[in-house]
Amino acid sequence: MYNPFSLEGKTILVTGASSGIGRATAIECSKMGAIVIISGRNEGRLQETLSQMDGNGHQIIVADLSTDAGVQLLVETCPKLDGLVNNAGYTHTMLTNFINREALSQQLEVNTVAPILLFQRLLKTKKLQKGTSVVFTASISGLCCAVLGNVLYSTSKSAINGFVKNAALDLAGKNIRINAVAPGMVDTHILDAGTISEEQLNAERQRYPMKRFGKPEEVAWSIIYLLSDASNFTTGSTIIMDGGFTLQ
Amino acid sequence: MELQEFISKFAGVFEDTDASEITKETRFKELEEWSSLTGLMVIGMVLDDYGKNLKADDIRKCVTIEELFNVVNAL
Repeated sequence: MYNPFSLEGKTILVTGASSGIGRATAIECSKMGAIVIISGRNEGRLQETLSQMDGNGHQIIVADLSTDAGVQLLVETCPKLDGLVNNAGYTHTMLTNFINREALSQQLEVNTVAPILLFQRLLKTKKLQKGTSVVFTASISGLCCAVLGNVLYSTSKSAINGFVKNAALDLAGKNIRINAVAPGMVDTHILDAGTISEEQLNAERQRYPMKRFGKPEEVAWSIIYLLSDASNFTTGSTIIMDGGFTLQ
Repeated sequence: MELQEFISKFAGVFEDTDASEITKETRFKELEEWSSLTGLMVIGMVLDDYGKNLKADDIRKCVTIEELFNVVNAL
């Protein structure tokens, strides 16, 4: 069947695959025919992701990407790739006047430095084949809007947006495409730290024109478009998906 | 950790509310200046000054400042 959105025959690495958008992306990519390498810190939760995936040949690589050793392990262990989904991340809710070096550095380390270095090392070791598509998970926060207490996350994800544009230009000649998805709020467990209450989350939901947050698989489907041949002429772009939130 | 010191730090989070309005019996969510912003400020103050991670849900369950003090004390 004619389907330019298929991932048949592609090998794709997804980081942060133990939950949320990463897990949904791994599962949906497998349903679209890809062989998926899933990475994260927690083997048990990666096994849960794997158990929901279709097809064979997938692989788990446990790695903590906030350390050089973790990045190196992942780079050395993973096979040659046709796609990379740089998704691992977290949010630390903190008001601007309470920012400290430790919290800022940790947030940047996981959300900005680690994905950039992982990509760079995969590139350097020639694990990214000609025609590879790289997708970063960014955010509307910091790009088109701001959220109270979200300053560290906004800072880290804005840097990703800048990186994507510039790296896309640097690598267009090598036929390596780099794009980003920028979701609004998605129903994941990223806010489980508890600084934001369920009540506040519900109030936030009502501010969305569709009166709901996104679903992880809805973000995954845009990522799949960017991984597939259907987006072969698209590089350096950021797809905003927020149910119309930033139109208001 | 002293109650009086906690009350004074709590009062320091507010810009327009007079510190004399804030006692251990104050029902802090009824203060005019209370909002999700001041809630986040209290969480930041507790982390900075006491090195403890207070959660939004902990604040939700408390009515008076003394109750909040007891929750922070127990963390």
